[in-house]
Amino acid sequence: MSLLETLSGAVMSGAVRTIDLTHTLDPDFPVLVLPPEFGQCQPFRIEEVSRYDERGPAWYWRNFSCNEHTGTHFDAPIHWVTGKDLPHSSVDTIDPAAFIRPACVLDFSKEVAKNADFVLTADHIKAWEKTHGAIPAGSWVLFRTDWSKRSGEEYLNLKEDGAHSPGPDAGAIRYLINERDVIGFGVETIGTDAGQGGHFDPPYPAHTLLHGAGRYGLQCLKNLDQLPPKGAVIISPPLKIKHGSGSPLRVLALVEGK
Amino acid sequence: MVDALKPPKRKDPLRYTRLPLAPPGARSRAALRFTARAAEGRLMLQQCEACGAFAYPPRDICGGCWSDELRWRDIPPEGKLLAETTLHASTNVYFRERLPWRIGSVKLAAGPVVLAHLHGDVREGDDVRIIARTDKSGQGVLMALPAKETENMSDDKALRALTCDPKFRRVLVTDVRTPLGQAVVRAALTAGASKVFLGVAREWTPFAGREALYALENTEVTPLDVTDGTSVSEAASSIGGKVDILINTAQYARPGTAMARRDVVTARDEMEVNFFGAMRLLQAFGPAMRGRGADGENSAVAWVNLLSVYALSNWPAYGVNAATQAAAHSLSQSARADFAGSGVKVVNVFHGPLDDEEHQPLPPPKVTPMALASGIMTALKEGVEQSFVGDIARDIAERWREDPGLLERELTLTKNLE
Repeated sequence: MSLLETLSGAVMSGAVRTIDLTHTLDPDFPVLVLPPEFGQCQPFRIEEVSRYDERGPAWYWRNFSCNEHTGTHFDAPIHWVTGKDLPHSSVDTIDPAAFIRPACVLDFSKEVAKNADFVLTADHIKAWEKTHGAIPAGSWVLFRTDWSKRSGEEYLNLKEDGAHSPGPDAGAIRYLINERDVIGFGVETIGTDAGQGGHFDPPYPAHTLLHGAGRYGLQCLKNLDQLPPKGAVIISPPLKIKHGSGSPLRVLALVEGK
Repeated sequence: MVDALKPPKRKDPLRYTRLPLAPPGARSRAALRFTARAAEGRLMLQQCEACGAFAYPPRDICGGCWSDELRWRDIPPEGKLLAETTLHASTNVYFRERLPWRIGSVKLAAGPVVLAHLHGDVREGDDVRIIARTDKSGQGVLMALPAKETENMSDDKALRALTCDPKFRRVLVTDVRTPLGQAVVRAALTAGASKVFLGVAREWTPFAGREALYALENTEVTPLDVTDGTSVSEAASSIGGKVDILINTAQYARPGTAMARRDVVTARDEMEVNFFGAMRLLQAFGPAMRGRGADGENSAVAWVNLLSVYALSNWPAYGVNAATQAAAHSLSQSARADFAGSGVKVVNVFHGPLDDEEHQPLPPPKVTPMALASGIMTALKEGVEQSFVGDIARDIAERWREDPGLLERELTLTKNLE
């Protein structure tokens, strides 16, 4: 049997499990909120075109609209000003092989449960590597916080001084890019940066550094608690939008064994 | 003295819901002009330029001298009830359901004798105050009220048929996230609403004033985002049969003309709220309200649109926004046709710039949320279908009535002179 036959057979038999890391695209799912003077991120919206009725007797279909960064979504390097001049930096030009990659899942859910503003540092990553081994080049690093289990107001966790949610500092991101050559960083929160990431140095280090180095982001993931620390394969092709800065997408993980 | 209205009991869910009927609605074009003014709460009659005689009811030619120079004039409301009669039978089904019904002839201080519906507290020979309003057919009629306020005056059944009094009615305020929405909630409760549904969009983000608002008695939080059709229809399927007055406080305003902006993104956001939002509400809540126009003391009575007065004529400082308001205004006119004959009035309350974050750099006069909320309640209690709240709205409306073309030049050309 060829490699792919073996794989597809394993997927069908359940020897390789398929785990959905995606939130349902729901009009009520939170989106990033900016001050009113800025352009706003459009939430997911649905308008019914017909439903077996006078608007179309035998068929049901709908128009949907949203931002490129609504729901579970992919961030391309061109999303951030630091990545604007890089080659292959929009979703339509990225090498499709990049959409199938292994993942390391760093579990800091306990720390985040105690501190919503938990900041992931290079030392945290090095400590994880002591237990699980080095992060292989070309991997996704998925930051498990169990944040996806929050709902309603707890998700953005907005206070008078802005959002409070976990994220990495510049040191962590530099380590992942320069020492580990990761393909990207994935999170359960609304953005790859911490809620208070605007006050970090540089501001929004994950966006600034990852995209400046041609790496990708995955946001609003869920079910990371079902993934092993190492060994999962992530399938994450964004929609092929011309000059797209990102895209809502279905993120799947393949995991061996039970 | 009129008996005080009692809080209506909960409706027997097995009881038939009486269909809304309307009094006779056929009118001449001349009489429609009377209706248009009555909808604004103005009492106007025609006076002959040639002989000075008043023409009543409205007509095309003076009954005295046959001149066609009939000029519409505001008439002082004072009068005296000459004679009254009580109808005990009628072939009209609307009045049949409401018998006995009193009408009378009133000698206006200005001269003419007019026929009017009678308030329960007026008697033959009394001094009365005449009001012009639209009835359930949407047509202008006259009513004689006591010259001075009497006890429970607004509870009179004939008067309540002309007004949209919030007393004992259930009100939906579609967006309470803003100071305006919150002021409207409080004003509705003060005006006697038995319940106010609080429409709340994006419950996943907090908003100022929430705790105090949610602590108010006789309120109920209803998730409602006018930009989301699913949310609007879910809200309607939950409370749609209980909304007697809908006040659409959802508004989105940003400054700038088309060329002052770089894209249509913000304009779309404005349209989503100001136009499509209003349309989604009409589609989801309108049919149930239209069917409940005669559903007892707390029948559905009013659909309230809050519109920038610049819906009438564009103001470039908020040029794109004014365009979306013009679209919303036009939609409200088509909604009049939707609601025609249902007993539900479409009430347009026009206002100038609000004293809020969205108009922060503008100099006064600005309309405070409280002033607008109180203007809405006044319009409902009076039963008018069009109202202008604040100095700017009244001034623009006056200039627009006088000469829309001139106003357009004033608003658009003065920008270059500044």
